[in-house]
Amino acid sequence: MATATPVLPKLIGERIKRREDPRLIQGLGTYVDDIKVTGMLHLAFKRCDIAHGKITKIDTSAAEKMDGVEAIYTGADIAKVLAPMPIGTPFPSPPHHAVAVDVVRYAGEPVAVVVASDRYLARDAADAIVVSYDPLPVVVDPEKAMEGKPGVIHKDFPNNLAVALVPSGTGVAPDFSKIDNTAVDKAFADAEVVISQRMVNHRLVPNAMEPRGVLAHWEPGKETMTIWSSTQNPHILKTMIAAMNGLGQHQVRAIAPEVGGGFGAKINIYAEEYVCSVISKKLGMPIKWIEDRSEAFVATTHGRDIIGYVDIAARKDGKVLGLKMRLIADIGAYNMLLTAAIPTLTMLMANGTYDIPAIRTTLTEVFTNKTPTDAYRGAGRPEATYFVERAMDMLARELKMDPAELRRRNFIKSNQFPYQTQMGAVYDSGDYEKTLDVALKAANWTGLIAERDKARKEGRLVGLGLAFYVEVCGLGPSSSLPTGGWEHGQVTIERDGRITATTGASPHGQGNETTFAQMLADQFSVPFEHVTILHGDTGIVKQGIGTFGSRSQAVAGTALHLAGVKVKKKMAQFAAAMLEASEDDIVFEDGMVGVKGAPAKSKPFAAIAGYAYVPVPLPQGMEPGLSDEAFFEPANNTYPFGCHISMLEIDRETGEPTLLKLIAVDDAGNLINPLIVEGQIHGGLAQGIGQAMIEEAVYNDEGQLMTGSFMDYAMPRASDFPRFELSATVTPTPCNPFGAKGVGEAGTLGSTPCIVSAAVDALSPLGVKHIDMMLRPEKLWRIIQGGRA
Amino acid sequence: MIPVAITVNGKVRKAHVEPRTLLVHFLREHLNLTGTHVGCDTSQCGACTVLVDGKSAKSCTIFAVQADGSSVTTIEGLAPEGKLHPVQQGFWEEHGLQCGYCTPGMIMSAVNLLQDNPSPNEKQIRDGISGNFCRCTGYQHIVNAIQHAAKHGGGKAVR
Repeated sequence: MATATPVLPKLIGERIKRREDPRLIQGLGTYVDDIKVTGMLHLAFKRCDIAHGKITKIDTSAAEKMDGVEAIYTGADIAKVLAPMPIGTPFPSPPHHAVAVDVVRYAGEPVAVVVASDRYLARDAADAIVVSYDPLPVVVDPEKAMEGKPGVIHKDFPNNLAVALVPSGTGVAPDFSKIDNTAVDKAFADAEVVISQRMVNHRLVPNAMEPRGVLAHWEPGKETMTIWSSTQNPHILKTMIAAMNGLGQHQVRAIAPEVGGGFGAKINIYAEEYVCSVISKKLGMPIKWIEDRSEAFVATTHGRDIIGYVDIAARKDGKVLGLKMRLIADIGAYNMLLTAAIPTLTMLMANGTYDIPAIRTTLTEVFTNKTPTDAYRGAGRPEATYFVERAMDMLARELKMDPAELRRRNFIKSNQFPYQTQMGAVYDSGDYEKTLDVALKAANWTGLIAERDKARKEGRLVGLGLAFYVEVCGLGPSSSLPTGGWEHGQVTIERDGRITATTGASPHGQGNETTFAQMLADQFSVPFEHVTILHGDTGIVKQGIGTFGSRSQAVAGTALHLAGVKVKKKMAQFAAAMLEASEDDIVFEDGMVGVKGAPAKSKPFAAIAGYAYVPVPLPQGMEPGLSDEAFFEPANNTYPFGCHISMLEIDRETGEPTLLKLIAVDDAGNLINPLIVEGQIHGGLAQGIGQAMIEEAVYNDEGQLMTGSFMDYAMPRASDFPRFELSATVTPTPCNPFGAKGVGEAGTLGSTPCIVSAAVDALSPLGVKHIDMMLRPEKLWRIIQGGRA
Repeated sequence: MIPVAITVNGKVRKAHVEPRTLLVHFLREHLNLTGTHVGCDTSQCGACTVLVDGKSAKSCTIFAVQADGSSVTTIEGLAPEGKLHPVQQGFWEEHGLQCGYCTPGMIMSAVNLLQDNPSPNEKQIRDGISGNFCRCTGYQHIVNAIQHAAKHGGGKAVR
C-alpha cells in the first residue's frame, strides 16, 4: 500500500461553504431538461402495462396520423439498429433489448417509441399506440421463482436462476474448485447457542429528485454524437454509446450537466440513452427524452431486495464461532450494468466488524417479472450490515447481554489491522472499540437504558437499537471493476496563475467543486477562489470512471493530488530558473513562490506561471507550460465504519412508530470538509431510516408496482425525523495521501438495523424477537394485538 | 390556444397557450425560467413551488390559464438585484442543499413559511416544508438554513 506524507492542514478540514451553491440557490443550475438544441425533437416511450406477456400486435395507426409526429418505432425496428444491451459484470445474461421484442418481462418495459415536435404531443401519440398481449405466468416471489414457478422468464435460464448458488467464505477456494465445510460445521457443532432467522431486506425505489433525462445530438456533418444525460458516470456512458452506435470513442462526447441526485440508480447505462442516440443518428436531429416520475418508478433501477437466511453460532460468553448466510437476491427481469455484482458485496462484507473464525455464505440471484435492480446507496453493504447486525442483536437478546458488550467481545481488534477477513477482504484500518465508546458516551447509553426502562414501567413501548457497520469504499482497484478502478485528474496552471483542474469523478450533489478546490488550494498555497474544478464532460475531462462507491475523495481526489505534485515540481523548476535558486529550495507560500531563507526573492505565483508560458529564456531541457495529469489506481479499498444508536417508541393504540433519537458516530478517516461530510451522513441516515420505517416497493401477484408514485411510495419528509446527533472518530486509511476513506453511503448502513432492533426491543416485552422491515403501523399493531407479524 | 397575461417576476408576460399547459411548463418552456423544476407528476414533491400572488403554490398543479392575471414569483425573481434573499443566503451558509434539484422549490416554500411565521420553531419548520421532498440532505441542514434565514430577516415580503 502506498503511504504518503500527510497534507498540511489549512483549508483541508475546514467547513468551507460550497461554491456550487450560488448558482443552485438562484435557479441558475443547468440540468438536462433545461438544455435546448435548435431543431430538437421530443421522444416518448410506450411502455407495457402488464408484467409478462407475448406481444401479439402493436397498432400505431392512430399515433401516426397525429400532426407533428415525426416517427414511430417498435422494438423490432429498434433492434435493427441497436444490439441487445451489454452488462458490466462477468455473469451470463439473457438478451435485453432496449425496446422489447416479442416478449415483455416487467410492467414498464418499453415496447415502442414516438418522436414528435412537442413533449405533450409525443406523450399523446405514445398513449394512442395500442398494444395487444398474450399474458404469460407472472413470476413475483423469488423463492417460488427458483423452482421455476409459476413459469420461466428467460428460456436459457432454467428455474429463473440468474446466478446459481455461488459459495464464499471459509474453506472455499477462490475458483470454487474446492469447498471445505469442516471449519463451519465444527463452529456450529461446538456452539452453545445458535440463532437462525430468515430476514427480508426489501425492495426500494431510489427516487433521485431529478428523474432521468437524455438529449442526444448526432451532427452528420462532423459525424459526432453529443449526449447529455443525467448520469453518474459520463465516461462510461461515452464508451457504451460509442460501442453500441458503431462509433469510435473519439466521435462521442458525453456530458453530465447539473445532475439532480443519483444514489446509484444513475450508474447504469440505460435503454433510453441508447435509444435516443440511435434515433438521433438515424434522423440526424437532436432528440430529447425526459422521464416522468411515474415512468421513473418502473423504468429506473430499484435497489436492495434480498432475502437472507442467517444462522449465527456462539458460546454462552458471547464469542461468535460461526456464521452462515444463505442469500437470495430478487434482481427483477434483467441484468443491468452492475446488477449481478451488488449482492456479491453483501457476501464480501458478511462478517461486518467481527472476528468470526468460520463463515459460509451462498448467493443465488433470481429473475422475477419486476423492474431490474442495481446499485442503490450502499449497494450490497447495507444488506450485509442488516443481516449480521440483526443476528448479533438477536444473539445479545438470547444471551441477555448488552448489545454493545456483545459487539465489543467480537470486534476485530485495533492491533489486527490490516485484517484479512474470511470473505477475502483486507480491512485497511480500524479502531472499532474506540468508536463504540464514543458512541455510547455520545448517546448516554446507560441513561437511555434507564429512560427506556422507566417508560416501560409506564406501559409505553420504547426500545433502543445499536448497530455497528463497516463499509467497503473507495472502489476500487481495476481487478474489482470491469470499467477500470482508477480515476483521472489533470491540473493546469493558467497563464494568469489561476488553476483549472479536471476530474473524472462526476459529482451530483457531493460538492467536489469545493472539496477538490480546498485540496489544490492547500497544495499550491493559493487562494481557494483561484482554483476551478471542472467535471462531467468528456470533451473537457480527458478520462474518468465516475462517481459511485464512495470513491470520489479516496480515488479521484488522490488522482488530482498526484497530478498537482507533477505540476508543482515543474513550476518549482521554472521558479528555480527565474529566482536563480536550487529547485529544492523553492517554497510555495501564501500565493507567492520564493526561496527558502531569502524572502526578498519571492515572486507572485502568477508571475512564475506567466514565465512558464513565455519562457524567455527557456531553461535548458524544459518544455513550456504547466499542465499535467495523473491516473490513480488504489492498491486497496478503504473500510470506513461507525456506530448508530436509536431510540424509538411505538404507539400502543395505533402501532405507529416514532423515531425519538438517532445518534451516529462515523469514522471516515480524515475529512476534507466536515460540513459536506455531515450532509452526506444526514442524507444516508434519511435513506436508511426511510427503508426501516416507511419506504417499500410493493408488487402485487400480477407484477404491478402498487407503490408507483409519490402518492403510494412513502418518501421521507422533514417531519419524519428527529434532529440527528452526529460525532466522529478519525482513523486514517493508509491507502491514500489524505487518509480519507469515503462517506457517501455510510449513513444507510447502521441506521436501518439499529432502528429495526429498536422496534424489536420496544416489542420485546411481548416476546418479539424479529420483525421484518418496513415498520408499517398496521404490522406493529397486529403484533401488539397478539397477531402475527 | 388561449391568451394569457401573467406577471412573472414583476414583468407582464403575454402568450397564447394550450388550455392544458401547466404553469410550470409555461414558466420553463415559454419563458425559459428553468429554475423551477419538475420532480413528480402527482403534486407531492414540491420541486415546482413558486409564489402565486405571494403564496406558495405547486406550479405543476395549476394550468397557465388559471394563473391568468396573477403575479408569479419564481426562484429567479427572488434576488432580482443579485443580492441573495435571506432564505437563499441561509441555504448557502448552512449547506442546505446538495444536488440542488429540490432547492428552488424548497426555498420558495421556506419564503412563504417565514412570511406566515417569521420565527418558527423546529417542529413548525419541519411541518412547514413537509410538502417538499429532498432526497439528499435528510432535511437537517435545510432546517438549519431556515433557522438562519429567520434570524436574518427571512420573513420579509417578496413583491
